[in-house]
Amino acid sequence: MTHLLYGIFIDPFVQMAAAPDLLVQTLWEGLVSGVLYALIALGFVLIFKASGVFNFAQGIMVVFSALTLVGLNEHGVPAYLALALTIVVMLVLAIAVERVILRPLVNQPDIILFMATFGLTYFLIGLGELIFGGDPKIMISDQLRLPSGSYRIPVFGGYVQMQKIDIAATIIASLMVATLAVLFNRTRIGRALRAVADSHKAALSVGISLEQIWVIVWFAAGIVALATGIMWGARSNVSFALEIIALKALPVLILGGFTSIPGAIIGGIIIGVGEKFGEFYWGPLLGSGIESWLAYVIALVFLLFRPQGLFGERIIERL
Amino acid sequence: MGRTVGGPILEVEGISLSFGGVVALQAVSFDVREHEIRAIIGPNGAGKSSLLNVINGFYHPQEGSVSFMGTKRRSVDPHEAALQGIARTFQNIALFRGMTTLDNLMTGRALKMKSSFVQQVIYWGAARREELEHRARVEEIIDFLEIQHIRRTPVGRLPYGLQKRVELGRALAMEPELLLLDEPMAGMNVEEKQDMCRFILEVNDQLGTTIVLIEHDMSVVMDLSDRVAVLNYGRKIADGTPDEVRHDRAVIDAYLGVAQ
Repeated sequence: MTHLLYGIFIDPFVQMAAAPDLLVQTLWEGLVSGVLYALIALGFVLIFKASGVFNFAQGIMVVFSALTLVGLNEHGVPAYLALALTIVVMLVLAIAVERVILRPLVNQPDIILFMATFGLTYFLIGLGELIFGGDPKIMISDQLRLPSGSYRIPVFGGYVQMQKIDIAATIIASLMVATLAVLFNRTRIGRALRAVADSHKAALSVGISLEQIWVIVWFAAGIVALATGIMWGARSNVSFALEIIALKALPVLILGGFTSIPGAIIGGIIIGVGEKFGEFYWGPLLGSGIESWLAYVIALVFLLFRPQGLFGERIIERL
Repeated sequence: MGRTVGGPILEVEGISLSFGGVVALQAVSFDVREHEIRAIIGPNGAGKSSLLNVINGFYHPQEGSVSFMGTKRRSVDPHEAALQGIARTFQNIALFRGMTTLDNLMTGRALKMKSSFVQQVIYWGAARREELEHRARVEEIIDFLEIQHIRRTPVGRLPYGLQKRVELGRALAMEPELLLLDEPMAGMNVEEKQDMCRFILEVNDQLGTTIVLIEHDMSVVMDLSDRVAVLNYGRKIADGTPDEVRHDRAVIDAYLGVAQ
């Protein structure tokens, strides 16, 4: 018993103090995976904010966009042209989603639209496999001139290893978040997006075109998905397994709030760092592999105390 | 004041609308003249709201046509109707509940803003100037409706009467030619009703906005409106000045029931 308590409350902190360089390394790795979770969560938030739809297909959009990029390159298209074409593909996808799914389902309950995104998920899996095959692919990092290699930074007498690609991912994610936050809060289009999320009827009455707004958000979510796919693909590889990792966005969203862009980022970082710390310092106690479920436990505890998330809108329903 | 009722700006001709087997409107015709306040009354389920929904493009009628400011059409998208200058409020209030009063009103300016997407993203040059200009217009409306104190409050938290006022404000922010008000005074107390009446009259008088209003409170309707159309079971049964309508046999029967 005392052994267990020691393992939970004392030993991990002793280890942290004994090897501060390892602590910083763990923190950095948590931060990086947190940023990637945050990017996926950001795609969800965009669509949820602007249409009230929880887009189950966001995960597969990450895979699909990355597959398209790599697949086009495999067929001999130069990397940057492939990147441009992939962006076009995401735009076409956004328009198709609006035409085929959203428009016929206007004014249906949210759960119907949610189910429709399930359909979209399986359609994209099928389409992706049909065109590009089901095998994992290597991200074309070199052709895209993504930085590779790493820095070794001396900390507390030890070293912290930082992959250049991770640093790039962090910077790109920050830029995207800043742009989207400004877009949502300061501009006419941002206001229109929030308006559509709030009430379709009212938005229509002031002359906002639902079609146009939906294409814009789905396209934006597609671009975020592509960025995520490239960054994630560069760290591991591009395969349909990524879609499972995309589910990690769920606890991130619960933490950050479904409608908050900064919330997605901070939620992502909390989950990312929490996972790495849990795995590294407390994992051995429970046998390892705690990384795969810890996020959901954190989210569950959070739900008990703050169901609207850290930054979510607290909407009071009048009866 | 110098309000003069002009020629018709809206003409609804032979509109029929049904949902499956349910007939909502049957060969309804009526017109609205420039600068007037036109009331539509009738018992519940008479088709009043459906008529407004046809005018602003929420419903597409099976027969008939609507001419607004010279363009004739069977049906229109709400987006186009708004572009042509038709604004409206709703019976059950449709506001952006999570947004502040200010943002709700600014949404009404959406169609008037022209700066490009890129400019808006970096909030630079034209986009910034435009935002400030429209903000100034919105502040005037806020002053006019006496809602300065709730400028930054999310509208979901406001009491009902104020929500109705914000909704009117959003419609006014569109600077419409034609304003459709669906029961603007429903559920209000006497004081709130008086305020709302005053706002409607002032909008009509000072901005010259043409108003079509649905209302159940007969004293309000009789006081405010220039002409009244009466609907019953999807048909128009009377149309004229408040005095004419008040003494119309068919209207009295519809409201009070016919003695057998």
